[in-house]
Amino acid sequence: MSGRITEIGRWQGFLLQLPLLVWLVVLWLLLWGHVTVISVLTGILLALLVTRIFYLPPVDLSGRFSVYWGLAFAWHFAVDLVRASVLVAWQAIDPRGVPVNSVLAIQLHTRSDLIMTLTAEAISLVPGSLVVEVDRERSLLYVHALGTPDDAAVERVRHSVLVVEERIVRTLGSEHDVWLINRERRAAGRPPIRLSARQRRYEEAREGE
Amino acid sequence: MSAAELLDAGSVLFLFAAALLSLAAGIGIVRFPDPLSRMHAATKPQILGLVCALVALGLQAENGATVAALVPILAFQMLTAPVSAHMVGRAGYRTRHLRRDLLLRDELADAIDKAHADAAHHDVEPDLPGLVTDEDTSTPRP
Repeated sequence: MSGRITEIGRWQGFLLQLPLLVWLVVLWLLLWGHVTVISVLTGILLALLVTRIFYLPPVDLSGRFSVYWGLAFAWHFAVDLVRASVLVAWQAIDPRGVPVNSVLAIQLHTRSDLIMTLTAEAISLVPGSLVVEVDRERSLLYVHALGTPDDAAVERVRHSVLVVEERIVRTLGSEHDVWLINRERRAAGRPPIRLSARQRRYEEAREGE
Repeated sequence: MSAAELLDAGSVLFLFAAALLSLAAGIGIVRFPDPLSRMHAATKPQILGLVCALVALGLQAENGATVAALVPILAFQMLTAPVSAHMVGRAGYRTRHLRRDLLLRDELADAIDKAHADAAHHDVEPDLPGLVTDEDTSTPRP
């Protein structure tokens, strides 16, 4: 019986690692620039080899991916990137002088390493915000924000980071991550996100504890 | 105007935008007063500038393989630029290479002060938030 369970566990572990393997194979094919039987086979072989030799702590994927929110995230990201790039380019040449900045402690909802990393990457790629320090234990990002003349601008930066986190959680967050966001949204009197029947059961179970 | 001429015009526009963004980044590096601000100018408009340059190249590409080679360039740039910016910014902050008079708020300094105050109160080592990332990341969270 227990052998069967570890077998299932191993199979699920493999399925959860599959996106990483697929990405490595795709990368290999992109580097070669053509798709042949040999390049695909060597790609699979190398992907398996690389994940065995350069062993990293397994990434906790939730096993869920929303294509709609993934596209929404990509679209908002592209818009932010263009707008902020132009803004920083202007701040660089603004004749009125250099901007006033802030270092902000931003409390994320998630406890997941993956979502925290993706959020940090996304806000670092958008000009005007730079992650200076990360507190993994407390899920805190210390963000250096360019151009925060007043408190209202500071709160805008804080809000924009949390919105990015929310979009990433909607795309691939676990039920627990969605629950953490929903708990705060309910407390603030805002409607919860992504309430599938399964999510509702999960949240009722957690609220009941 | 033929299709080839339209593509050429598009490439010119995108290359021009890329050049402008690089110019702004260069001016920003000279004008911004501390490493943290300079990292914004040095690394960030480059991403959009790179996208523009790659689109210009893609418009001129004659086969799919060239376009496929452009994708990993952008992917790796997007993965590595934030990491290098973070490392330089982090080192800059820790070695105090920043102009505090230009900061409206510094909540990291507040957190460090609080950690030191708590540690002095309980007579223990300060629980500094920044030092957490130096630990072995393979250990699970508590």
